[in-house]
Amino acid sequence: MYQFSGKLKMFSIALIIIGALGIAYGFYSAPSTVEEAKEIIAHQSSHGDDHGATHDEVKKEEHHTDVVKDLHANDHDAKAEVAHGEHHDAAHDEHVFHQLQNKPWAAVYVALFFFLGISLLVLAFYAIQRVAQAGWSVVLFRVMEAITANLVPTSIVMLIVIITAVMHMNHLFPWMAEGTFTPGHENYDAIVDGKSWWMNVPGWAIRSIIYLAIWNAYRFFIRRNSIKEDTANDGGKTYKLNYNVSVGFIFLFMITESMMSWDWIMGLDPHWFSTLFGWYVLASLLVSAVTVIALVTIYLRSKGALPKVNDSHIHDLAKFMFGFSVFWTYLWFSQFMLIWYADIPEETTYFVARFNEYKVPFLAMVVMNFVFPILVLLNSDFKSIPWLVIIGGVVILTGHYVDVFVMIMPGTVGAQWSFGLAELGSLLFFLGIFIYATLSAFAKANPIAKGNPFLEESEHFHYYNIEHRGEGSGDHH
Amino acid sequence: MESSKVIHAFYNDDELVLDAVKAVKAEGHHIEEVFCPFPVHGLDKAMGLAPTRLAITAFFYGITGLSFAIWMTNYMMIQDWPQDIGGKPNFSWFTNMPAFVPIMFELTVFFAAHLMVITFYMRSRIWPFKEAENPDPRTTDDHFLMEIPVHNNEAEITALLAKTGAVEINVVDKH
Repeated sequence: MYQFSGKLKMFSIALIIIGALGIAYGFYSAPSTVEEAKEIIAHQSSHGDDHGATHDEVKKEEHHTDVVKDLHANDHDAKAEVAHGEHHDAAHDEHVFHQLQNKPWAAVYVALFFFLGISLLVLAFYAIQRVAQAGWSVVLFRVMEAITANLVPTSIVMLIVIITAVMHMNHLFPWMAEGTFTPGHENYDAIVDGKSWWMNVPGWAIRSIIYLAIWNAYRFFIRRNSIKEDTANDGGKTYKLNYNVSVGFIFLFMITESMMSWDWIMGLDPHWFSTLFGWYVLASLLVSAVTVIALVTIYLRSKGALPKVNDSHIHDLAKFMFGFSVFWTYLWFSQFMLIWYADIPEETTYFVARFNEYKVPFLAMVVMNFVFPILVLLNSDFKSIPWLVIIGGVVILTGHYVDVFVMIMPGTVGAQWSFGLAELGSLLFFLGIFIYATLSAFAKANPIAKGNPFLEESEHFHYYNIEHRGEGSGDHH
Repeated sequence: MESSKVIHAFYNDDELVLDAVKAVKAEGHHIEEVFCPFPVHGLDKAMGLAPTRLAITAFFYGITGLSFAIWMTNYMMIQDWPQDIGGKPNFSWFTNMPAFVPIMFELTVFFAAHLMVITFYMRSRIWPFKEAENPDPRTTDDHFLMEIPVHNNEAEITALLAKTGAVEINVVDKH
């Protein structure tokens, strides 16, 4: 049995506390009135002549795009601006005020979605391993189950975000603003109103809660029954039940994952829509999930908690990291290229906002999520060298955090984005929760899924190509 | 090589031939060749063959294809005749790059795949009308054959092979 050391427990709790302080600072420094927002912007401009000048330029430019693009997705004031030209400045100030108010919420939301999504996709990957009756991954089952323990706390935080959104305590979702669906109101938005059969607060809240309920129900069931499997000895009855429930979960997961990506991410830009968005979010979270499995496995193996895991298992995980990185790039590029090529204004605004205001993260993530994994993980030998997999994994995870960042931030804070204490704090907060939830769950059960009929095969799993690197092939024949 | 003798040992099971290869290697004899009707996992390792470098060649062929695609799209679409086609930006290669990615991808795969296959054919000496080098037709169906050169130690090797479960041992003159 693995022991969750007190030192590590303290470390994860420290991360949670430091992260919470960062989040609190974010909320504390967010403006509560338009005047305060103006002050913050003025303060930013006075940092130095160079900076001030460039910032003013940027502001003008951004202002200009706002007016030109009446479909600017995040902007519920755009109409007011166009209609009342003389009130531009006032409308602009209010616009910036809302973006600044959104900042701490968006910071939490990015980290929350990142960690919630990873835990969810580890659960889905685990269900796939059961349904596919994979012979290699059984020794990793308890690692995957332990990571999914993080689904519970992140779901609770998500529930809080859902409740605060419904109670209008945040402006993350512009379509939830007052008057969006009221003809004649200054916030009235005919385009969003046309989608009100799907985009309405009660429907959104109920759907969100159903997603969370389905995912957590499966996790609760499969974790309990997987441990039961260890000692069941009932001729595979428990195993078959777990198999059947996993088939049902994958079916429900694919539906809820697509709808979740519309509701939780695409809803941030209510004027914009894309058909392959659900797959794109899936690919981003899937590659992160496999990477997290690999990193946690390498860590636990280095602590001696997983004696049956050999380099071939690491090699397989690295292959999945590599393959899904390419899959992510394929979907990212397919979405980008189709919109860039046809250049239909109502679709292109999405990438215009990202390319103008988020150029560095937008381009850097392609390097981190595609070029780097290609070069590091292409070589078969490299895939079974733990420290290389760790380097590749850290870059992939950073890249996909940036990916989620670029999905969420433009629709919520627009050009006011930065990576500061609130963003870093949110990341550390959820990292602390992740470490605590994962390792304490791993310590609670046998590290080997003893009752699985494929365990024997998994323990002897061997990828022939790495034999010449010295890993014993005694169990090969 | 001038005329010399080799021993052909036949086996009818892949596990047997694998063990036999290990036994013969353990005695320090050189194995000239092993003929199998299908791939036997671990045989290359047992024989001590060096890992293939085919994948490395494929990587460089892929880079060649990518470079070719970049050169071709840049020359044709940007340098030679930068026509305005449907408003696509052609001021530089980068401004129109997304439109070239499908071609870049396909040519990378095309070069990597085809040149690697041709490399494989050349290194393995396989081509149409090539005379088959099969010492015994049964090795393409259900028998495994190990070929060991003889240097005045015929009796010793024959005795060793007999112990490894060979179903037939022939000493033949190799031309």
